[in-house]
Amino acid sequence: MMPPAETILSVENVAVHFGGLVAISDMTFSVSRGEIVALIGPNGAGKTTAFNVITGFLKATSGEVRYRTAVLNGLKPHEISRLGLVRTFQRTSVFQENSVFHNVMIGLHTRGRSKLWDTLLGTSRERESERELVNAALEILKFVGLEHRTTTLAANLAYGEQRLLGVALALAAKPSMLLLDEPVSGMNATETARFVKLVEKIRDAGTTILLVEHDMQMVMKVSDRVVVLNYGRIIAEGAPGQIQNNPEVIRAYLGQRKKRA
Amino acid sequence: MKRALPIFWLLVLFTLPVWLRDPYFLHITIITAIFIIAAMSLNLLLGYTGQLSLGHVAFFGIGAYASALTSLGFDIELPGGLHIVHAPWPAIAGFPVGIVVAGLCGYMIGKLSFKVRGAYFVIVTISFAEVMRLVALNWVDLTQGPLALNNIPPYSIWLPGIGEYEIWSKVVFFYVVAAVGVACYLIIQRLVQSRIGRAMVALKDNESLAISVGIDVTRYLVLAAVMSAAMAGAAGSLYAHYVKIIDPEIFLFIYTVTMVIMVITGGKGTLAGPIVGGVIFGFLPVVVRSYVAPAVQWMIYGALMIVIVFLLPRGIVPAIEQYFLNRKQADRPPDVAVLADLDAPKS
Ligand SMILES: Nc1ncnc2c1ncn2[C@@H]1O[C@H](COP(=O)(O)OP(=O)(O)O)[C@@H](O)[C@H]1O
Ligand SMILES: [Mg+2]
Repeated sequence: MMPPAETILSVENVAVHFGGLVAISDMTFSVSRGEIVALIGPNGAGKTTAFNVITGFLKATSGEVRYRTAVLNGLKPHEISRLGLVRTFQRTSVFQENSVFHNVMIGLHTRGRSKLWDTLLGTSRERESERELVNAALEILKFVGLEHRTTTLAANLAYGEQRLLGVALALAAKPSMLLLDEPVSGMNATETARFVKLVEKIRDAGTTILLVEHDMQMVMKVSDRVVVLNYGRIIAEGAPGQIQNNPEVIRAYLGQRKKRA
Repeated sequence: MKRALPIFWLLVLFTLPVWLRDPYFLHITIITAIFIIAAMSLNLLLGYTGQLSLGHVAFFGIGAYASALTSLGFDIELPGGLHIVHAPWPAIAGFPVGIVVAGLCGYMIGKLSFKVRGAYFVIVTISFAEVMRLVALNWVDLTQGPLALNNIPPYSIWLPGIGEYEIWSKVVFFYVVAAVGVACYLIIQRLVQSRIGRAMVALKDNESLAISVGIDVTRYLVLAAVMSAAMAGAAGSLYAHYVKIIDPEIFLFIYTVTMVIMVITGGKGTLAGPIVGGVIFGFLPVVVRSYVAPAVQWMIYGALMIVIVFLLPRGIVPAIEQYFLNRKQADRPPDVAVLADLDAPKS
């Protein structure tokens, strides 16, 4: 096991109610710097809702979320993103009407140094800043393996490539922690294997990762720790090996399968 | 080639008075050019941030009234016994005042309505224009109401050697409008080709995603609203000091519709779109008027718009761009061509 590391994200007693529906009843967990943590659970367990609350897209009914030294409750989502906590979306989410390159340029927004006046007057700071962004964009596209698609319209990308672009966009926002919502859903085995490599590469570059995923093989392979959610409640937490044999987890997933059948 | 094209169009623009000997055509050209500036300003909002301002004429009218009143002066009693007297200023001062007042209104509307986006924005802007029309109609002390503000002085500029020069000449005024138009075009171009423009396009394309990468979308919507309103205000000031009489009719919905048609047919979200659409729908009524009755004229106007939107749903300019792109791609591999553009620093 790794030495006990510094906690960077902590979710404490968070609850989310939609009217009468309790999407998350009482959730407490934390993530340490440099970890890859998987958040798993049957459909409708509240995983995406958890992401939405952590990143400010939804308000918690009660409880507190902290990232490093900041309390996130009440912050706007773009402010949370600027603290280094960046998410991707479960549904494929790219800027459809823009080229792949342009997508990443948009993602690099907060790294731009030019002010309104620089833009209007076309100062040298504007030009330098733009050149830096162009270089950073090409670098990120190479990093995720989309450099051969630079000029393609995002809407015309293959499905797996759109998911990669989603990650490239998030990386452009310079995350210190990345939240991935079902990143490999819809990918084939080869694409998934390549994606696992990418996730490890991102972690090795110093980014902490919280991952929601249904592909159990992938989860067991990449994660250091797994948190299991069912009906808005955490029912288990531990190393992948422990979780696989946890009776309550097995029951939760069996129940799900019965409901689906 | 790339530099030659803008220079060619600039030459065309600045030699227009030479070709247009007929003062009537010059008059129509000036009015059309003023409306093109307003359409360009609308395009910044509609084409780049995706917000439909159906009361855009409000900013145009506010610019016109603010500019006219600055140069005419006024004397009003406000409730509470406040008595405000403004002595006439030189007409040229009306221009920046019109820009600033319209820009402030844009800020207000932006702050107010971008919290409730989409259909609400459309409704808020329509109502705002109607409220402005009613204010202009009923605040007779300030605006003369339906009697109109008359005798608005022309801009005057101070020229070395000549001294004070009042712009009565249509030809000279054409150059003033052309200069303002070119300035607005360049400002919009710089904005939309920068990270500010990318943020605007991003929030139109996928707002949640834009937010997730740290873009403060409200900030950019308000910025677009202010810039857009200020430019519409500049166009309004030009209009007031050109026709020299304005009345509450300036706030009529039909003017907004005209601007929207110019933007949509030309191609929203393109720099040249409002100009192309503006030239067509600015001159069309005049060309057609000599041949048919006024009623038929409006029918032709409407029919042409429908045909363009039906055949080219994205507008004329995107269709032309697509045509040339297809031809270019037939010649050489696409990636090389476009990447070459990317490497060049954007100006
Ligand atoms: N915006 C919302 N309004 C109402 N109910 C919602 C909303 N978002 C999610 N829910 C409900 O909350 C529960 C958890 O959903 P979600 O977090 O998307 O699950 P998961 O991502 O684990 O599949 C589901 O029952 C879902 O229907
Ligand atoms: Mg989900």
